[in-house]
Amino acid sequence: MNALAAVLRRDLRLVVRQGADGMLVVAFFVLAAAMFPFAIGPEEAALRPIAGGVLWVCALFAAMLSLERLFQADYEDGTLELLVLTPQPLELLVLGKALAHWISTGLPLIVIAPLMGVLLQLPPTAHMALFVAMLLGTPTLSLIGTVGAALTLGARRGGMLLVLLLLPLALPVLIFGAGAVAAAEAGQPWRTEIMALGGFLLAALPLAPWAAAAALRQALD
Amino acid sequence: MGDGSGAQGFVGTGLACRRGERLVFSGLDFRLGPSEALVLRGPNGSGKSSLLRVMAGLIRPTAGQLDWDGEAVADDREAHAGRLHFIGHLDAVKPALTVGENLHFWASLRNTTGDAATIGAALGDVGLAALADAPARYLSAGQRRRLALARLTASPASLWLLDEPSVGLDDQSLAAFESMLAGHRASGGMVALATHTAIALPGARELRLDEFTRGLVMDEVA
Repeated sequence: MNALAAVLRRDLRLVVRQGADGMLVVAFFVLAAAMFPFAIGPEEAALRPIAGGVLWVCALFAAMLSLERLFQADYEDGTLELLVLTPQPLELLVLGKALAHWISTGLPLIVIAPLMGVLLQLPPTAHMALFVAMLLGTPTLSLIGTVGAALTLGARRGGMLLVLLLLPLALPVLIFGAGAVAAAEAGQPWRTEIMALGGFLLAALPLAPWAAAAALRQALD
Repeated sequence: MGDGSGAQGFVGTGLACRRGERLVFSGLDFRLGPSEALVLRGPNGSGKSSLLRVMAGLIRPTAGQLDWDGEAVADDREAHAGRLHFIGHLDAVKPALTVGENLHFWASLRNTTGDAATIGAALGDVGLAALADAPARYLSAGQRRRLALARLTASPASLWLLDEPSVGLDDQSLAAFESMLAGHRASGGMVALATHTAIALPGARELRLDEFTRGLVMDEVA
């Protein structure tokens, strides 16, 4: 656990000192979501039914944006081969990186999402569903993202490849995340969707670091 | 292998390594006991770096086996990683962190406390103690290399695998590095290093990589 904390602390320290990345993700999310009222028109009747879906698609793309660099810098400066050569389970170190990624990109999205919800005419009754769904869904995206980032490491045009690889994997999160918001917006119970999102997170927690660690070892071979 | 008494230390048997379509070396044996040093020699591309990476467990050998005190290294990669230090071509220094933070991170991942005294002493060994709180982005190439070398003494490990460790070092730093090597071997440590420059390693054996590549034809491997 010390190893996980060490990686988490280092990555967060790098984010704070180098800035930019987390803010860029939030800026992309805000701008992308703000395009919709302009494109579709500000009428409540038009925006309201799609608000949940729009927010989730924008959050998904915003998360993708930052994933390419997840292992890239460590790969280029030799940090990654040393991480593999520490007497720690590589899976644990990957988990630390995923957690740092979520704190630096997922959390800001959760904070800013209600604001964008207002802009998209999301009714107040659906905000709780949006919050809980994003709280469970964005860590899953970060975890799945480690697998994609590890698999595309060292590939040319890795960023594009990453998006193609991850979008299908992220589809369940998108479906149930947007589903929860839509159900709440329609005044129906949204417990099932939240439980599905929780299930995805519980499945990704052990599986994603394991797969990403295997891909990282392969990338260094 | 098998005879028990001869299995002490770090032993490679019949190692072969293929990079892409090219067979870099094959039929390579080496033996490294406590306090011993092995210098890898050979022209560029003869497989010195590849052999060091195989020894570290970063690359799986195409053929052959690595043993530590008679036990296969491949059986427990984490245990093997715990007893070695690897210095590659890249320094793994984060410019945004301070010199001390860089070193502390690596020490804390190696089951050591990584306390301030140990970190300070390790930085002192490479002459960087005064720069402990400076951001690593201000380090010169030679200083970055010295920071990488400080990892060697910031946490103990019995096997040092060093790939061109003296690149960028001035005469004074080279002397300091040589005394680090001597101290490590005096306490029973092992060293395997690849170099093109002169590094003082009294009593070190040489392994000439080109002897294992000459006349190799791809058919021989199949």
